[in-house]
This record gives sequence, structure tokens and C-alpha cells, in this order.
Amino acid sequence: MKAPARSHPLWFAFVLHRVSGLGLALFLPAHFWLLSQALSNPARLDGFLAFAEMPLVKLAEFGLVFLLAVHMFGGLRLLALEFLPWSDRQKTLAAGAVGVAFLISTTFFLKAI
Amino acid sequence: MTAAQETLDVTVHRGTTRGARYDRFEVPAHESQTVLDVVSWIQQFADPTLSYRFACRVGMCGSCAMMVNGTPRWTCRTHIKKVAPDGKLLIEPLRNLPVIKDLAADMDPFFDKWTAAEAQHHPSQTRHDPIEAIDPTDATRAEADLGVECINCAICYAACDTVAGNPDYLGPAALQRAWTLLNDSRDDGRQSILDAVSGTGGCHNCHSMGSCAQYCPNELNPMRAIAGLKRETAKSFFKGKRNA
Ligand code: HEM
Ligand code: FES
Repeated sequence: MKAPARSHPLWFAFVLHRVSGLGLALFLPAHFWLLSQALSNPARLDGFLAFAEMPLVKLAEFGLVFLLAVHMFGGLRLLALEFLPWSDRQKTLAAGAVGVAFLISTTFFLKAI
Repeated sequence: MTAAQETLDVTVHRGTTRGARYDRFEVPAHESQTVLDVVSWIQQFADPTLSYRFACRVGMCGSCAMMVNGTPRWTCRTHIKKVAPDGKLLIEPLRNLPVIKDLAADMDPFFDKWTAAEAQHHPSQTRHDPIEAIDPTDATRAEADLGVECINCAICYAACDTVAGNPDYLGPAALQRAWTLLNDSRDDGRQSILDAVSGTGGCHNCHSMGSCAQYCPNELNPMRAIAGLKRETAKSFFKGKRNA
């Protein structure tokens, strides 16, 4: 059977939300572990912070900030959809969430480099 | 469709869920031809054993829905030139349902879920009561009116990936009808509807992908109805009314 046509904005918003959610679930444990090193093993943290100065790592950070922002704003859209009176502007709101997330993550990236 | 194109290249699903194959047919192209016209031509002139379903041919009965080039559509009102400008068609039975034969999907699970969602009228009065006046401008009535044009074609059910991933999920059509009844002042089943749609297969499975609204041929919005059910079930849960 041919894969069903899914190419519409809200379906992409769903995929983005799931991918970013899973990305965060994978990343955050590592993030918290690293922060814990500030207390238990500062030398290791400093080593990692040096590594984090590399451009490629900066780019990866940009990706992570984007995932976090897009998941947060996309998630707020879903919560509003579910708990506030209905709005017909869902596609606009989803696009807006991506836009704001891009703005935030690019600003972060430009400040970081 | 170009003038030079005199035949359509049509691939049709044959067989059942247990064993399927695909047959190819060359079908004469015509002006203003619908997908249902093509399927009927095949059955009448090429292979009388082809099974499919239709009744009204004008988008009222909801029986002719099929997958057309991967998209669920009401075939009686889908023009070839709109969905297959290159003259190539792949016609399959509705997704997310068992197949009886060829293009006829088994609608039983779809209507069983309709019942499971309590999406049936719960009378509040008898025939001996005077007829109740309904104010069409009332906001609750207006919300109910948004869903009444559903023709039970199961296109939303076929379009939904949550249905595909969870066989217990009641699906957009049944939930939308439940929402319509919840907003209908003549319906007396409020608590049983809320209980039915808040269970394991209920409205909270929905991820708001919106394929139901995207493909509904009558341009209804089951996603909006499901969001309404999520709100009402949550409200009723926090008020402690839910007796689960
Ligand atoms: C920043 C605030 C956050 C908000 C507002 C938020 C909101 C949401 C919402 C509303 C959903 C349900 C989506 C649906 O129904 O399909 C969801 C799903 C999910 N979230 Fe978040 N979330 C946030 C943070 C996080 C974090 C930090 C993680 C990582 C641990 C995460 C991981 C996930 C995952 C894995 C899903 C499941 C995705 C799916 O079902 O498609 N979220 N989030
Ligand atoms: S045949 Fe009745 S809706 Fe298509």
C-alpha cells in the first residue's frame, strides 16, 4: 500500500514535536550529568567546556537550543489547543512556534561564536 | 490532463487483507471523469468481478471512499484531473480497516467504535412530550452544528496515524459525533459520553496531527471536536464528577 499523503503543516508540527521531545529525552540526562561534574569533578567539566568551544560543538548546541525552543513553543500551542477555546489559526501558530524557536536558537548561536 | 492523453493507467488493489495483488487496467479518459467513474468502467467493461461500494454518487451517503494515489477521498466527487493530472492512478481500499474484497473495506470496526464512543442519541424526552424549541444562534448549538454534516465515510479514520498506531483508538469520526451529541440540548447522555471518550481508546490519544481535518471531504474539523472533548473530560475529571 502506498504511504498515505501526510504532507500538511500540522502533521509536520507533530513530527517535529516528537523528534524534538525524543532528542531532549536523550540529551538532558547527559546535560545534567555534566552539570553534576561541577561539584564532583571540576577538572572533567573544564575539559568538556574546552571541547565545547569547537565550532562543530557550537553548531550542535544551536541544534539543541532549537529543539528545546521548538518543543516548548510547540507544546504550549498544543496545550492551548487542548485547554483554551478553539482557535482556527493552528497552522499559523505552529509556524510561529518554529519561527520563534529559530530566532532564539540563532541568537544563541550568534552570541556563542 | 492533456488532450493527447486518451487512456488512464489505473492500478487497482485486488483481494483481501490476507492476500492482495495489484491489477492494471487501461481506462478511456473523459472530460469531467471521477475516480468512481473509472472504477465503475473497470467493473462494467474490463472485469465484472471487481468489488467496490457506492450508492448516491453525489457525496451524500459516504460509501464510496477509497485511497486514491495514497490519499483517502470520496471517489464519486473526486475528479481525475485534480488528483491524477498525469493519468496515473493507484486505487486501494480505505486504510486502517480490514478489507472484505478488492476496494470494499470492512466498516465494522469503524461503526463498532462509533457505538463504543456513545455516539448515538440518548433521548431526553418521549414522543408524548411537546417538541422542544432549539435556538440556532445559541453558542452550544452552533458548536453542535459544526459536526452534523458528517457522512460517515471514514476518510478521517483512514487518514489518522493515531488510528494506524493504536487499534483501540476510537478515531476522529466517532469522537466528533460524541462531541456533537454532548453539545446537543436534546441529548441526555452527557455522563455516559464523557466516560466513553475518556477511556483507554479515548480522545486523549489524539496528537492533533490534523489529518482528519485536512482530508474531510465536507471540510469538518474533528480535531477541533476532539480538543473540545479533551477540555470537557478534563474539566469533569477535576470537578471529581468522573466516576472512574
Ligand atoms: C519546555 C516545556 C515543555 C512543554 C511545554 C512540553 C509539552 C509537551 C506536550 C503538550 C506534549 C504532548 C504532545 C502530543 O500530544 O503529541 C509533549 C510530548 C513529549 N515531550 Fe514535551 N514538553 C516540554 C518539555 C519536554 C522535555 C524537557 C522533554 C525531554 C525530556 C520532553 C519530551 C517529550 C516527549 C518524548 C514527548 C512525546 C512526543 C509525542 O508523543 O509525540 N518534553 N510535550
Ligand atoms: S457514492 Fe455516496 S458519497 Fe460517494
